[in-house]
Amino acid sequence: MNALPASSRFTETPAVRRKLRQEALAKWIFCAMAAAMVVPLLLIVGYLVVRAAPSLNLEFLLEVPKRGMTEGGIWPALIGTLYLVFISLAVSAPIGILAAVYLNEYARDNWFNRVINLAVINLAGVPSIVHALFGLGAFVYAARFGYSIISASLTLAIMTLPVIIASTREALASVPRSFREACWNVGATRWQTIKAIVLPNSISGILTGVILQVSRAAGETAPVMFTGVVFFKSVERGDLLPYYLNEQCMALSMHLYTISTQVPGVQPSIPFATAVVLLALVVIVNATAISLRVYLRSRKKW
Amino acid sequence: MVTMAATANHIEVRDLRLSYGMKEVIHGISFDVRQHEILGVIGPAQSGKSSLLRCLNRTIDFTPDTHVSGTIEVDGEDVRKTGNVYALRRKIGMVAPLPVGLPLSIYDNVAFAPRCAGLNRKSDLDTIVEQCLRQAALWDEVKDRLDSLGTKLSGGQQQRLTIARALSHEPEILCLDEFSIAIDPVTTMRIEDVLKELRRHMTIVLVTNLTQQARRLADRTMFMWKGEIVELDTTDVIFSEKPKDQRTRDYVEGIFG
Repeated sequence: MNALPASSRFTETPAVRRKLRQEALAKWIFCAMAAAMVVPLLLIVGYLVVRAAPSLNLEFLLEVPKRGMTEGGIWPALIGTLYLVFISLAVSAPIGILAAVYLNEYARDNWFNRVINLAVINLAGVPSIVHALFGLGAFVYAARFGYSIISASLTLAIMTLPVIIASTREALASVPRSFREACWNVGATRWQTIKAIVLPNSISGILTGVILQVSRAAGETAPVMFTGVVFFKSVERGDLLPYYLNEQCMALSMHLYTISTQVPGVQPSIPFATAVVLLALVVIVNATAISLRVYLRSRKKW
Repeated sequence: MVTMAATANHIEVRDLRLSYGMKEVIHGISFDVRQHEILGVIGPAQSGKSSLLRCLNRTIDFTPDTHVSGTIEVDGEDVRKTGNVYALRRKIGMVAPLPVGLPLSIYDNVAFAPRCAGLNRKSDLDTIVEQCLRQAALWDEVKDRLDSLGTKLSGGQQQRLTIARALSHEPEILCLDEFSIAIDPVTTMRIEDVLKELRRHMTIVLVTNLTQQARRLADRTMFMWKGEIVELDTTDVIFSEKPKDQRTRDYVEGIFG
């Protein structure tokens, strides 16, 4: 076939016009969908903040609930959530990170490790209410921890563990294999390689994965309400260490649920303010994770 | 170097077979590497050259589903039965095709292997680092910035850093796997000069895609093709008018491969 005359190469045929129209349309549809995602977020946050406005002050954070939880603040729930999150991650982060190092750096492809992998994937898919029942059976009854902070924290730890393992493995896998091979070639053991090269260069990803589980542990209601979180617990205003580990505690997610549905005559702004605090907690944690990642990535070495 | 040729074998390979899964890639090869010689290994891609090196220092162990049979003896010790594989890997310096600067300082890149072997005295490490960087012809370029990252060096510098690292554990054998594919001709010539210098102290196995490089450097040259040794003879014979095998002649003359 001969080449087209030079002039006709650049003429607009109907086919070209249709192609350009489709291109513009496709771009607008995709853009609109992406933008649509922002709308509910803005609406939710805006609505919550406006309704919560009368209660949003430092007093609300530090004060304990009063008059049958219809007035006052959220201090016991806030500090309870911090307890649960901190203890659960103190348990799940070390176990999860070490397990992920084993699975990514040491494990060969055999049936034993395939079973572990399968278990991790399935554990990540288990609904939180099932984790709650497991925690109730395992920690409250079988291990005789009773309804307590320790039972609730361990239940949350089991729930966050598989996700921490998955995110840590991803961070480890992002370190190029050529670095490992260079270390092995000069007679380094696997552990020397991990210590000198792999962990220092994946720590940002590992920490990000762990921090993101903070917001998940803080937000879940089901696993803690069966295992150690209660309706009301009397606590001093602003007391930083109000609970023993074998006691039950309050938590923000559960508190929000009870004052919204179970308690009559609550000051209308209080549930909204509670929700705003929970949301703010999540946003602060995510922002920390992102800035940590940006900071550590800026020091990236290759 | 011809006078050295009579000395003992440094590496003896007998009937080495290697398979990845069901696919056999080295089909029972036998050869020797003599003390203080440069053995050039040439051959097209997929002929088993790199896999052979990985068998020598047993980094093949890190690839799942591989099967090795036959024997490889280094100084009379079977590498597949050795109790201390880390000592074996320190005895064999290995330089990979692509330069790998570890994400550590230049100093730590070279001091890494001695530290892994348990050496921690600052003065000893200083000596080793300077000596190895000098041997790899990199010292003059980096001596004022040993604290900067090895990964920030240029490709050619990183390759010389890789060589310095391979020398840092005082190997008796140095294996180079196509060290020049990622660097320019001038740097290549500098490293070739380095190798000529190093052959006084050590045995060198030089896997290369550049047949002329083998011709310039090697005492003997081995031509591998599809997992077999076609011919192993002195470099003069391989590159002469009449190597024994027609394929060798065609390959070194650039007719195939």
